[in-house]
Amino acid sequence: MKSYRADLHIHSLLSPCGSLDMSPARIIREAKERKIDIIAVADHNSTRQAGLIKKLGQETGITVLTGAEVNTREEVHCLCLFGDEEATRIFQEFLDARLPEEENDVVIFGDQVVVDKDEQIVYTEDRLLISALRAGIKEIETLVHKLNGIFIPAHIDRPYSGILDRLGFIPENLEYDALELSYRMPETEICGQHPELCGKYFLRSSDAHYPKDIGRATTTFELEENSFEAVRAYLRSKLNQ
Amino acid sequence: MTVKDVQQALELKVFGGEKGLNSDVTGGYVSDLLSDVMGNATEGMAWITLQTHLNVMAIASLKDLSVVILVNGNKPEEDMLEKANEENIPVLGTKLGTFETAGKLYQLLNS
Repeated sequence: MKSYRADLHIHSLLSPCGSLDMSPARIIREAKERKIDIIAVADHNSTRQAGLIKKLGQETGITVLTGAEVNTREEVHCLCLFGDEEATRIFQEFLDARLPEEENDVVIFGDQVVVDKDEQIVYTEDRLLISALRAGIKEIETLVHKLNGIFIPAHIDRPYSGILDRLGFIPENLEYDALELSYRMPETEICGQHPELCGKYFLRSSDAHYPKDIGRATTTFELEENSFEAVRAYLRSKLNQ
Repeated sequence: MTVKDVQQALELKVFGGEKGLNSDVTGGYVSDLLSDVMGNATEGMAWITLQTHLNVMAIASLKDLSVVILVNGNKPEEDMLEKANEENIPVLGTKLGTFETAGKLYQLLNS
């Protein structure tokens, strides 16, 4: 077993609220400098920038989980992470089909662009990515697991977008692989507010939108190998330990 | 006033939970945020919402609400309907929006 530092919640420049400095090359460079071994690219309702970041990660020895931070019909944010290109592609098709047609207003929400390794814009997303998908949380979870992905309710303690604020509870039928706490939330506090979650294993990640925030919170995994499958198995084993 | 009285007066479609049509409606609550309903709705209320998933019924059952009214032409998801039948809490629907539905219900309950 070896220890690996992971930050499983990073936004690239594709997210409207993500800084334009969050280019694929910059994300990998910052992760390397901060000695992070595993990252997940989780832009709002899109996986379109994740592939290149994974490629750059491979060249640098950083494992990159490709996925998205989806906004469900209930307006709950969840991380949906995948280990291979095919699953990510199928999930992207689902996102394209279920994202409302509402157009992005760049002035209000910010740019939504995909860049290549030289930081040239190769795609602009016209639809507003932070909209709620036309899909409920259970439907999305089921699809993610069908695609052998990892499903994690994001920053469950946060107002407006965390599952505890939106629903008030975690549905019994929801099968998650981990629960993420926002970077500044102490475990003791969530335990006080929600005794039913006492003893759960919580994931901590940065939810970085700016380069300086990458790795401001990380979780250490004990893994046989640095791979998506190993991460998934580890999370599952720790959840109800 | 019973759920059935409300259903007829407002011409609401019955999706499921028919066995609960004779429950009393004591008031109404309007919200799409489940945690808000959990915190503020009280027993016997009719809940007006556009949310159509299973967890709506979990809250309705937990709070002993009399009926769930879906607005904007929304239809319940299959598992929501199953739960409505199981819990005998009617799920009704209308093409009207939240504002109009709440206005009509308010008028009806206070006339």
